Amino acid sequence: MGFLSGIGRATLVFLAATGRLALFTARGLSHCVRPPFYPRLLVQQMREIGYNSLPVVGLTALFTGMVLALQSYTGFARFNASSAIATVVVLSITRELGPVMAGLMVAGRVGAAMAAEIGTMRVTEQVDALTTLSTNPFKYLVAPRLLAGTLMLPCLVLVADIIGVFGGYVVSIYRLGFNPSAYLTSTAQYLQTIDVVSGLVKAAAFGFIIALMGCYNGYHSKGGAQGVGAATTHAVVSASIMILMINYLLTGLFFS
Amino acid sequence: MSTVSPHSDTPKIELIGVKKAFGPKKVLDGVDLSVAKGESFVIIGGSGTGKSVMLKSILGLLRPDAGTIKVDGEETTHIDGRARDRVMTKFGMLFQGGALFDSLPVWQNVAFGLIQGQGMKRSQARDIAIEKLAAVGLGPDVANLSPAELSGGMQKRVSLARAIATTPEIIFFDEPTTGLDPIMADVINDLIVKCVRDLGATALTITHDMASARKISDRIGMLYQGKLIWQGPTSAIDDSGNAYVDQFIHGRAEGPIQMQVKLG
Repeated sequence: MGFLSGIGRATLVFLAATGRLALFTARGLSHCVRPPFYPRLLVQQMREIGYNSLPVVGLTALFTGMVLALQSYTGFARFNASSAIATVVVLSITRELGPVMAGLMVAGRVGAAMAAEIGTMRVTEQVDALTTLSTNPFKYLVAPRLLAGTLMLPCLVLVADIIGVFGGYVVSIYRLGFNPSAYLTSTAQYLQTIDVVSGLVKAAAFGFIIALMGCYNGYHSKGGAQGVGAATTHAVVSASIMILMINYLLTGLFFS
Repeated sequence: MSTVSPHSDTPKIELIGVKKAFGPKKVLDGVDLSVAKGESFVIIGGSGTGKSVMLKSILGLLRPDAGTIKVDGEETTHIDGRARDRVMTKFGMLFQGGALFDSLPVWQNVAFGLIQGQGMKRSQARDIAIEKLAAVGLGPDVANLSPAELSGGMQKRVSLARAIATTPEIIFFDEPTTGLDPIMADVINDLIVKCVRDLGATALTITHDMASARKISDRIGMLYQGKLIWQGPTSAIDDSGNAYVDQFIHGRAEGPIQMQVKLG
Protein backbone atom coordinates (compact mmCIF):
# COMPACT_ATOMS: atom_id res chain seq x y z
CA MET A 1 0.00 0.00 0.00
CA GLY A 2 2.82 2.35 0.94
CA PHE A 3 4.58 1.50 -2.30
CA LEU A 4 1.48 2.27 -4.36
CA SER A 5 0.85 5.55 -2.57
CA GLY A 6 4.48 6.46 -3.20
CA ILE A 7 4.02 5.89 -6.93
CA GLY A 8 0.79 7.89 -6.81
CA ARG A 9 2.46 10.78 -5.03
CA ALA A 10 5.39 10.81 -7.46
CA THR A 11 2.97 10.74 -10.42
CA LEU A 12 1.00 13.67 -9.04
CA VAL A 13 4.18 15.66 -8.41
CA PHE A 14 5.37 14.91 -11.95
CA LEU A 15 2.03 15.89 -13.49
CA ALA A 16 1.88 19.09 -11.44
CA ALA A 17 5.43 20.02 -12.52
CA THR A 18 4.59 19.27 -16.16
CA GLY A 19 1.46 21.40 -15.90
CA ARG A 20 3.42 24.29 -14.39
CA LEU A 21 6.01 24.09 -17.15
CA ALA A 22 3.30 23.92 -19.84
CA LEU A 23 1.57 27.01 -18.42
CA PHE A 24 4.89 28.84 -18.19
CA THR A 25 5.66 27.93 -21.81
CA ALA A 26 2.25 29.08 -23.04
CA ARG A 27 2.54 32.33 -21.11
CA GLY A 28 6.08 32.94 -22.39
CA LEU A 29 5.06 32.26 -26.00
CA SER A 30 2.02 34.51 -25.77
CA HIS A 31 4.21 37.39 -24.60
CA CYS A 32 6.57 36.81 -27.55
CA VAL A 33 3.84 37.89 -29.98
CA ARG A 34 2.06 40.59 -27.96
CA PRO A 35 3.36 44.15 -27.59
CA PRO A 36 5.11 45.91 -26.01
CA PHE A 37 8.32 44.45 -27.42
CA TYR A 38 11.82 45.13 -26.15
CA PRO A 39 14.09 45.08 -29.24
CA ARG A 40 17.06 46.39 -27.27
CA LEU A 41 16.84 43.42 -24.88
CA LEU A 42 16.33 41.00 -27.76
CA VAL A 43 19.52 42.22 -29.46
CA GLN A 44 21.38 42.04 -26.14
CA GLN A 45 20.26 38.44 -25.61
CA MET A 46 21.07 37.52 -29.24
CA ARG A 47 24.58 38.83 -28.72
CA GLU A 48 24.91 36.95 -25.43
CA ILE A 49 23.54 33.64 -26.73
CA GLY A 50 24.92 33.81 -30.26
CA TYR A 51 28.05 35.90 -30.59
CA ASN A 52 29.44 35.23 -27.10
CA SER A 53 28.93 31.47 -27.49
CA LEU A 54 30.86 31.32 -30.76
CA PRO A 55 34.27 30.48 -29.26
CA VAL A 56 33.05 27.56 -27.15
CA VAL A 57 30.75 26.18 -29.86
CA GLY A 58 33.41 26.67 -32.54
CA LEU A 59 36.10 24.86 -30.56
CA THR A 60 33.72 22.02 -29.71
CA ALA A 61 32.75 21.62 -33.37
CA LEU A 62 36.36 21.79 -34.54
CA PHE A 63 37.57 19.02 -32.25
CA THR A 64 34.43 16.95 -32.81
CA GLY A 65 35.04 17.03 -36.57
CA MET A 66 38.72 16.18 -36.08
CA VAL A 67 37.98 13.25 -33.75
CA LEU A 68 35.24 12.01 -36.04
CA ALA A 69 37.60 11.87 -39.02
CA LEU A 70 40.26 10.10 -36.97
CA GLN A 71 37.88 7.53 -35.46
CA SER A 72 36.14 6.88 -38.77
CA TYR A 73 39.49 6.24 -40.42
CA THR A 74 40.61 3.70 -37.81
CA GLY A 75 37.34 1.82 -38.27
CA PHE A 76 36.77 2.17 -42.03
CA ALA A 77 40.37 1.42 -43.03
CA ARG A 78 39.83 -2.20 -41.91
CA PHE A 79 37.16 -2.60 -44.59
CA ASN A 80 38.88 -0.52 -47.27
CA ALA A 81 36.07 2.02 -46.90
CA SER A 82 38.14 5.02 -45.94
CA SER A 83 36.79 6.95 -48.94
CA ALA A 84 33.49 7.23 -47.05
CA ILE A 85 35.07 9.30 -44.27
CA ALA A 86 34.20 12.65 -45.83
CA THR A 87 30.55 11.62 -46.15
CA VAL A 88 30.43 10.25 -42.61
CA VAL A 89 31.94 13.44 -41.21
CA VAL A 90 29.64 15.85 -43.03
CA LEU A 91 26.45 13.87 -42.38
CA SER A 92 27.28 13.24 -38.71
CA ILE A 93 28.13 16.87 -38.13
CA THR A 94 25.18 18.44 -39.94
CA ARG A 95 22.53 15.96 -38.83
CA GLU A 96 23.53 15.14 -35.27
CA LEU A 97 26.76 16.28 -33.71
CA GLY A 98 26.61 19.92 -34.77
CA PRO A 99 23.20 20.67 -33.20
CA VAL A 100 23.58 18.33 -30.21
CA MET A 101 27.08 19.43 -29.22
CA ALA A 102 26.22 23.11 -29.74
CA GLY A 103 22.99 22.62 -27.76
CA LEU A 104 24.75 20.97 -24.84
CA MET A 105 27.52 23.57 -24.76
CA VAL A 106 25.05 26.46 -24.90
CA ALA A 107 22.90 24.79 -22.23
CA GLY A 108 25.93 24.76 -19.95
CA ARG A 109 27.01 28.30 -20.77
CA VAL A 110 23.82 30.25 -21.41
CA GLY A 111 21.12 28.17 -19.69
CA ALA A 112 23.05 28.28 -16.43
CA ALA A 113 23.65 32.03 -16.75
CA MET A 114 19.95 32.70 -17.44
CA ALA A 115 18.81 30.65 -14.45
CA ALA A 116 21.38 32.31 -12.18
CA GLU A 117 20.52 35.84 -13.35
CA ILE A 118 16.75 35.49 -13.18
CA GLY A 119 17.01 33.44 -9.98
CA THR A 120 19.06 36.17 -8.30
CA MET A 121 16.56 38.75 -9.52
CA ARG A 122 13.76 36.64 -8.02
CA VAL A 123 15.33 36.22 -4.58
CA THR A 124 16.39 39.87 -4.36
CA GLU A 125 12.85 41.02 -5.29
CA GLN A 126 13.98 42.55 -8.60
CA VAL A 127 11.29 40.53 -10.41
CA ASP A 128 8.66 42.00 -8.05
CA ALA A 129 10.19 45.43 -8.64
CA LEU A 130 9.60 45.02 -12.39
CA THR A 131 5.92 44.41 -11.73
CA THR A 132 5.62 47.47 -9.49
CA LEU A 133 7.24 49.52 -12.26
CA SER A 134 4.44 48.53 -14.68
CA THR A 135 6.68 46.11 -16.55
CA ASN A 136 5.60 42.52 -17.10
CA PRO A 137 8.51 40.21 -16.11
CA PHE A 138 7.47 37.73 -18.80
CA LYS A 139 7.76 40.35 -21.49
CA TYR A 140 10.94 41.87 -20.11
CA LEU A 141 12.84 38.76 -18.99
CA VAL A 142 11.36 35.65 -20.59
CA ALA A 143 10.17 36.61 -24.09
CA PRO A 144 13.49 38.15 -25.32
CA ARG A 145 15.40 35.09 -24.10
CA LEU A 146 13.02 32.61 -25.72
CA LEU A 147 13.18 34.46 -29.03
CA ALA A 148 16.93 34.95 -28.91
CA GLY A 149 17.54 31.28 -28.05
CA THR A 150 15.31 30.06 -30.87
CA LEU A 151 16.85 32.43 -33.42
CA MET A 152 20.51 32.18 -32.49
CA LEU A 153 21.05 28.44 -32.02
CA PRO A 154 20.48 27.73 -35.76
CA CYS A 155 23.04 30.45 -36.60
CA LEU A 156 25.51 28.92 -34.16
CA VAL A 157 24.90 25.44 -35.57
CA LEU A 158 25.44 26.66 -39.13
CA VAL A 159 28.83 28.00 -38.07
CA ALA A 160 29.51 24.82 -36.06
CA ASP A 161 28.70 22.70 -39.15
CA ILE A 162 31.23 24.58 -41.24
CA ILE A 163 33.91 24.46 -38.54
CA GLY A 164 33.24 20.78 -37.80
CA VAL A 165 33.55 19.79 -41.46
CA PHE A 166 36.69 21.90 -41.66
CA GLY A 167 38.11 20.02 -38.64
CA GLY A 168 37.50 16.71 -40.40
CA TYR A 169 39.07 18.11 -43.57
CA VAL A 170 42.22 19.25 -41.74
CA VAL A 171 42.76 15.85 -40.10
CA SER A 172 41.95 13.94 -43.28
CA ILE A 173 44.27 16.00 -45.48
CA TYR A 174 47.21 16.79 -43.20
CA ARG A 175 47.27 13.70 -41.01
CA LEU A 176 45.64 10.91 -42.98
CA GLY A 177 46.97 12.00 -46.36
CA PHE A 178 43.70 12.29 -48.33
CA ASN A 179 43.52 14.17 -51.61
CA PRO A 180 41.93 17.60 -50.86
CA SER A 181 39.95 17.76 -54.08
CA ALA A 182 38.58 14.22 -53.71
CA TYR A 183 37.71 14.86 -50.07
CA LEU A 184 35.75 18.01 -50.92
CA THR A 185 33.97 16.25 -53.78
CA SER A 186 32.94 13.40 -51.46
CA THR A 187 31.79 15.91 -48.87
CA ALA A 188 29.49 17.68 -51.31
CA GLN A 189 28.37 14.56 -53.20
CA TYR A 190 26.10 13.00 -50.57
CA LEU A 191 25.13 16.12 -48.63
CA GLN A 192 21.47 17.04 -49.15
CA THR A 193 19.49 20.08 -48.14
CA ILE A 194 17.47 18.04 -45.64
CA ASP A 195 20.67 17.14 -43.76
CA VAL A 196 21.42 20.78 -43.04
CA VAL A 197 17.80 21.85 -42.59
CA SER A 198 17.06 19.06 -40.10
CA GLY A 199 20.07 20.16 -38.05
CA LEU A 200 18.91 23.77 -38.08
CA VAL A 201 15.36 22.83 -37.06
CA LYS A 202 16.80 20.78 -34.22
CA ALA A 203 18.95 23.75 -33.24
CA ALA A 204 15.93 26.05 -33.09
CA ALA A 205 14.13 23.55 -30.85
CA PHE A 206 17.21 23.18 -28.64
CA GLY A 207 17.62 26.96 -28.38
CA PHE A 208 14.02 27.32 -27.27
CA ILE A 209 14.40 24.51 -24.70
CA ILE A 210 17.62 25.97 -23.28
CA ALA A 211 16.08 29.42 -22.84
CA LEU A 212 12.83 27.98 -21.51
CA MET A 213 14.50 25.85 -18.85
CA GLY A 214 16.86 28.68 -17.87
CA CYS A 215 13.96 31.11 -17.46
CA TYR A 216 11.59 28.61 -15.82
CA ASN A 217 14.04 27.44 -13.18
CA GLY A 218 15.33 30.93 -12.49
CA TYR A 219 11.81 32.38 -12.26
CA HIS A 220 10.75 29.77 -9.72
CA SER A 221 13.89 29.75 -7.60
CA LYS A 222 13.37 30.20 -3.86
CA GLY A 223 15.47 31.05 -0.85
CA GLY A 224 18.92 32.53 -1.23
CA ALA A 225 22.17 31.42 -2.80
CA GLN A 226 21.31 27.75 -2.35
CA GLY A 227 18.01 28.18 -4.21
CA VAL A 228 19.72 29.98 -7.08
CA GLY A 229 22.40 27.27 -7.21
CA ALA A 230 19.75 24.55 -7.35
CA ALA A 231 17.87 26.45 -10.09
CA THR A 232 21.06 26.69 -12.14
CA THR A 233 21.76 22.97 -11.80
CA HIS A 234 18.17 22.05 -12.70
CA ALA A 235 18.24 24.36 -15.71
CA VAL A 236 21.36 22.73 -17.18
CA VAL A 237 20.41 19.13 -16.35
CA SER A 238 16.80 19.39 -17.55
CA ALA A 239 17.77 21.25 -20.73
CA SER A 240 20.48 18.67 -21.53
CA ILE A 241 18.13 15.72 -21.03
CA MET A 242 15.39 17.37 -23.06
CA ILE A 243 17.85 18.14 -25.86
CA LEU A 244 18.76 14.46 -26.12
CA MET A 245 15.12 13.36 -26.00
CA ILE A 246 13.94 15.89 -28.57
CA ASN A 247 16.92 15.03 -30.77
CA TYR A 248 15.71 11.44 -30.89
CA LEU A 249 12.13 12.49 -31.67
CA LEU A 250 13.14 14.92 -34.42
CA THR A 251 15.58 12.44 -35.95
CA GLY A 252 12.72 9.94 -36.12
CA LEU A 253 10.50 12.59 -37.67
CA PHE A 254 13.01 13.59 -40.36
CA PHE A 255 14.71 10.33 -41.28
CA SER A 256 12.59 7.33 -40.30
CA MET B 1 2.51 64.51 8.11
CA SER B 2 -0.62 64.38 5.94
CA THR B 3 -1.26 67.26 3.55
CA VAL B 4 -4.76 66.23 2.55
CA SER B 5 -7.60 65.57 4.89
CA PRO B 6 -7.52 61.91 5.83
CA HIS B 7 -11.32 61.93 5.95
CA SER B 8 -12.07 61.83 2.21
CA ASP B 9 -15.15 59.76 1.40
CA THR B 10 -13.48 56.94 -0.55
CA PRO B 11 -10.47 55.34 1.10
CA LYS B 12 -7.36 55.28 -1.08
CA ILE B 13 -6.65 51.72 0.06
CA GLU B 14 -9.21 49.42 1.64
CA LEU B 15 -8.88 45.83 2.81
CA ILE B 16 -11.94 43.90 3.91
CA GLY B 17 -11.55 40.49 5.53
CA VAL B 18 -8.38 39.62 3.60
CA LYS B 19 -7.14 36.09 4.22
CA LYS B 20 -4.05 34.36 2.93
CA ALA B 21 -2.55 31.02 3.88
CA PHE B 22 0.46 29.08 2.68
CA GLY B 23 -0.44 25.43 3.16
CA PRO B 24 -1.67 24.97 6.72
CA LYS B 25 -0.09 28.26 7.88
CA LYS B 26 -2.57 31.13 8.07
CA VAL B 27 -0.60 34.31 7.42
CA LEU B 28 -3.45 36.79 7.05
CA ASP B 29 -6.60 35.91 8.93
CA GLY B 30 -9.21 38.50 8.05
CA VAL B 31 -7.40 41.83 7.84
CA ASP B 32 -9.55 44.97 7.70
CA LEU B 33 -7.78 48.23 6.89
CA SER B 34 -8.71 51.61 5.50
CA VAL B 35 -6.14 54.23 4.48
CA ALA B 36 -7.41 57.66 3.49
CA LYS B 37 -6.06 59.76 0.65
CA GLY B 38 -2.91 61.63 1.65
CA GLU B 39 -2.54 59.65 4.84
CA SER B 40 0.64 57.90 5.97
CA PHE B 41 -0.19 54.60 7.61
CA VAL B 42 2.45 52.42 9.22
CA ILE B 43 1.96 48.75 10.03
CA ILE B 44 4.14 47.39 12.79
CA GLY B 45 4.57 43.82 13.90
CA GLY B 46 7.16 41.17 14.50
CA SER B 47 8.87 39.08 11.88
CA GLY B 48 6.60 36.53 10.23
CA THR B 49 3.34 38.23 11.21
CA GLY B 50 2.28 38.76 7.59
CA LYS B 51 3.27 42.38 6.99
CA SER B 52 5.06 41.69 3.69
CA VAL B 53 2.32 39.31 2.55
CA MET B 54 -0.26 42.04 3.14
CA LEU B 55 1.77 44.56 1.17
CA LYS B 56 2.31 42.10 -1.70
CA SER B 57 -1.40 41.30 -1.73
CA ILE B 58 -2.27 44.98 -2.17
CA LEU B 59 0.36 45.29 -4.90
CA GLY B 60 -1.11 42.28 -6.72
CA LEU B 61 2.08 40.23 -6.36
CA LEU B 62 0.13 37.71 -4.28
CA ARG B 63 -3.54 36.80 -4.60
CA PRO B 64 -5.53 36.60 -1.35
CA ASP B 65 -7.53 33.44 -0.62
CA ALA B 66 -10.51 35.48 0.57
CA GLY B 67 -11.57 39.06 1.17
CA THR B 68 -11.55 42.23 -0.88
CA ILE B 69 -8.86 44.78 -1.72
CA LYS B 70 -9.89 48.14 -3.12
CA VAL B 71 -7.80 50.99 -4.49
CA ASP B 72 -9.67 54.28 -4.94
CA GLY B 73 -12.88 52.32 -4.41
CA GLU B 74 -12.12 49.95 -7.32
CA GLU B 75 -11.86 46.30 -6.44
CA THR B 76 -8.40 45.07 -7.45
CA THR B 77 -8.38 41.66 -5.78
CA HIS B 78 -8.73 39.62 -8.94
CA ILE B 79 -7.88 41.99 -11.77
CA ASP B 80 -5.26 41.14 -14.38
CA GLY B 81 -3.87 42.41 -17.65
CA ARG B 82 -4.54 46.01 -18.61
CA ALA B 83 -6.75 46.69 -15.61
CA ARG B 84 -3.87 45.61 -13.34
CA ASP B 85 -1.39 47.67 -15.38
CA ARG B 86 -3.59 50.75 -14.93
CA VAL B 87 -3.72 50.27 -11.15
CA MET B 88 0.04 49.62 -11.00
CA THR B 89 0.70 53.09 -12.48
CA LYS B 90 -0.65 54.53 -9.22
CA PHE B 91 1.95 52.66 -7.15
CA GLY B 92 5.53 53.28 -6.15
CA MET B 93 7.44 50.84 -4.01
CA LEU B 94 10.59 50.98 -1.91
CA PHE B 95 11.77 47.41 -1.35
CA GLN B 96 13.51 46.28 1.82
CA GLY B 97 16.72 45.34 0.03
CA GLY B 98 16.42 48.12 -2.54
CA ALA B 99 15.81 45.62 -5.39
CA LEU B 100 17.82 47.79 -7.76
CA PHE B 101 18.53 46.22 -11.15
CA ASP B 102 22.24 45.49 -10.97
CA SER B 103 22.53 45.20 -14.76
CA LEU B 104 21.56 48.86 -15.19
CA PRO B 105 23.30 52.07 -14.09
CA VAL B 106 21.73 54.16 -11.36
CA TRP B 107 19.95 56.63 -13.64
CA GLN B 108 18.33 53.85 -15.66
CA ASN B 109 17.12 52.28 -12.44
CA VAL B 110 15.49 55.54 -11.42
CA ALA B 111 14.09 56.16 -14.90
CA PHE B 112 12.95 52.56 -15.43
CA GLY B 113 9.25 53.17 -14.80
CA LEU B 114 9.33 56.23 -17.07
CA ILE B 115 11.08 54.49 -19.99
CA GLN B 116 9.57 51.01 -19.82
CA GLY B 117 6.28 51.76 -18.09
CA GLN B 118 5.36 55.08 -19.69
CA GLY B 119 7.38 54.93 -22.92
CA MET B 120 9.20 58.21 -22.24
CA LYS B 121 12.25 59.14 -24.35
CA ARG B 122 15.51 58.14 -22.69
CA SER B 123 17.02 61.66 -22.75
CA GLN B 124 13.95 63.15 -21.07
CA ALA B 125 13.77 60.28 -18.57
CA ARG B 126 17.43 60.77 -17.72
CA ASP B 127 16.81 64.44 -16.85
CA ILE B 128 13.95 63.45 -14.56
CA ALA B 129 16.11 60.72 -12.98
CA ILE B 130 18.85 63.28 -12.19
CA GLU B 131 16.19 65.55 -10.71
CA LYS B 132 14.79 62.74 -8.53
CA LEU B 133 18.30 61.76 -7.43
CA ALA B 134 18.82 65.36 -6.33
CA ALA B 135 15.55 65.18 -4.39
CA VAL B 136 17.00 62.33 -2.30
CA GLY B 137 20.33 64.10 -1.83
CA LEU B 138 22.40 62.39 -4.52
CA GLY B 139 24.40 64.30 -7.11
CA PRO B 140 24.51 63.66 -10.85
CA ASP B 141 27.93 62.00 -10.40
CA VAL B 142 26.24 58.81 -9.15
CA ALA B 143 23.93 58.59 -12.19
CA ASN B 144 26.30 56.47 -14.25
CA LEU B 145 27.51 54.26 -11.40
CA SER B 146 26.39 50.68 -10.99
CA PRO B 147 24.19 49.96 -7.92
CA ALA B 148 26.93 47.61 -6.66
CA GLU B 149 29.25 50.61 -6.34
CA LEU B 150 26.95 52.33 -3.84
CA SER B 151 26.74 52.00 -0.05
CA GLY B 152 23.58 50.56 1.57
CA GLY B 153 22.29 54.03 2.44
CA MET B 154 22.88 55.32 -1.08
CA GLN B 155 21.14 52.27 -2.56
CA LYS B 156 18.14 52.99 -0.35
CA ARG B 157 18.08 56.59 -1.60
CA VAL B 158 18.27 55.46 -5.21
CA SER B 159 15.44 53.03 -4.53
CA LEU B 160 13.44 55.88 -3.02
CA ALA B 161 14.18 58.04 -6.07
CA ARG B 162 12.93 55.18 -8.28
CA ALA B 163 9.79 54.82 -6.16
CA ILE B 164 8.87 58.50 -6.60
CA ALA B 165 10.10 58.94 -10.20
CA THR B 166 6.72 58.21 -11.81
CA THR B 167 4.92 60.55 -9.36
CA PRO B 168 2.81 57.75 -7.87
CA GLU B 169 -0.39 58.36 -5.92
CA ILE B 170 0.41 55.60 -3.42
CA ILE B 171 3.88 54.70 -2.16
CA PHE B 172 4.67 51.50 -0.29
CA PHE B 173 7.70 51.27 1.96
CA ASP B 174 8.91 47.82 3.00
CA GLU B 175 11.18 48.10 6.03
CA PRO B 176 12.75 51.33 4.76
CA THR B 177 15.36 51.64 7.51
CA THR B 178 16.38 47.99 7.93
CA GLY B 179 20.13 47.48 7.75
CA LEU B 180 21.00 51.16 8.07
CA ASP B 181 22.86 52.91 10.87
CA PRO B 182 20.67 55.17 13.08
CA ILE B 183 21.80 58.39 11.44
CA MET B 184 21.25 57.12 7.89
CA ALA B 185 17.92 55.64 9.03
CA ASP B 186 16.84 59.08 10.22
CA VAL B 187 17.98 60.63 6.93
CA ILE B 188 15.84 58.10 5.05
CA ASN B 189 12.89 58.83 7.36
CA ASP B 190 13.22 62.56 6.65
CA LEU B 191 13.40 61.87 2.92
CA ILE B 192 10.30 59.69 3.08
CA VAL B 193 8.37 62.41 4.92
CA LYS B 194 9.56 65.04 2.44
CA CYS B 195 8.89 62.99 -0.70
CA VAL B 196 5.45 61.86 0.38
CA ARG B 197 4.52 65.42 1.39
CA ASP B 198 5.84 66.93 -1.85
CA LEU B 199 3.93 64.43 -3.97
CA GLY B 200 0.79 64.59 -1.84
CA ALA B 201 0.86 60.81 -1.97
CA THR B 202 -0.70 58.21 0.28
CA ALA B 203 1.90 56.09 2.04
CA LEU B 204 1.70 52.59 3.48
CA THR B 205 4.78 51.44 5.34
CA ILE B 206 5.64 48.21 7.09
CA THR B 207 8.39 48.30 9.67
CA HIS B 208 9.42 47.12 13.10
CA ASP B 209 11.59 50.20 13.65
CA MET B 210 9.52 52.23 16.12
CA ALA B 211 11.57 55.41 15.68
CA SER B 212 10.84 55.25 11.98
CA ALA B 213 7.18 54.43 12.53
CA ARG B 214 6.68 57.39 14.86
CA LYS B 215 8.42 59.79 12.51
CA ILE B 216 6.72 58.96 9.22
CA SER B 217 3.19 57.99 10.22
CA ASP B 218 -0.16 59.68 10.76
CA ARG B 219 -1.64 56.43 12.00
CA ILE B 220 -0.18 53.12 13.12
CA GLY B 221 -1.66 49.64 13.10
CA MET B 222 -0.24 46.49 14.65
CA LEU B 223 -0.44 43.14 12.87
CA TYR B 224 -0.30 40.04 15.04
CA GLN B 225 -1.18 36.47 14.09
CA GLY B 226 -2.67 37.60 10.80
CA LYS B 227 -4.99 40.24 12.27
CA LEU B 228 -4.75 43.99 12.81
CA ILE B 229 -5.13 43.91 16.59
CA TRP B 230 -4.89 47.68 17.09
CA GLN B 231 -4.86 50.81 14.99
CA GLY B 232 -4.97 54.46 15.89
CA PRO B 233 -3.24 57.84 15.62
CA THR B 234 0.51 57.84 16.13
CA SER B 235 0.11 60.09 19.14
CA ALA B 236 -2.06 57.45 20.84
CA ILE B 237 0.29 54.51 20.53
CA ASP B 238 1.90 55.02 23.92
CA ASP B 239 -1.54 54.88 25.52
CA SER B 240 -3.02 52.16 23.34
CA GLY B 241 -4.22 50.10 26.28
CA ASN B 242 -3.25 47.02 24.31
CA ALA B 243 -0.77 44.73 26.04
CA TYR B 244 0.56 43.36 22.74
CA VAL B 245 1.24 46.86 21.39
CA ASP B 246 2.86 47.91 24.67
CA GLN B 247 5.17 44.92 24.65
CA PHE B 248 6.13 45.48 21.02
CA ILE B 249 6.81 49.22 21.15
CA HIS B 250 8.91 48.84 24.29
CA GLY B 251 10.71 45.79 22.93
CA ARG B 252 10.13 43.65 26.03
CA ALA B 253 10.77 39.90 26.00
CA GLU B 254 8.07 39.38 28.66
CA GLY B 255 4.45 39.82 27.72
CA PRO B 256 1.61 38.23 25.80
CA ILE B 257 3.70 37.90 22.61
CA GLN B 258 5.70 34.72 23.00
CA MET B 259 8.63 34.42 20.62
CA GLN B 260 9.56 30.90 19.66
CA VAL B 261 13.19 30.65 20.67
CA LYS B 262 15.02 27.37 20.49
CA LEU B 263 18.30 27.23 22.34
CA GLY B 264 21.15 24.92 21.50
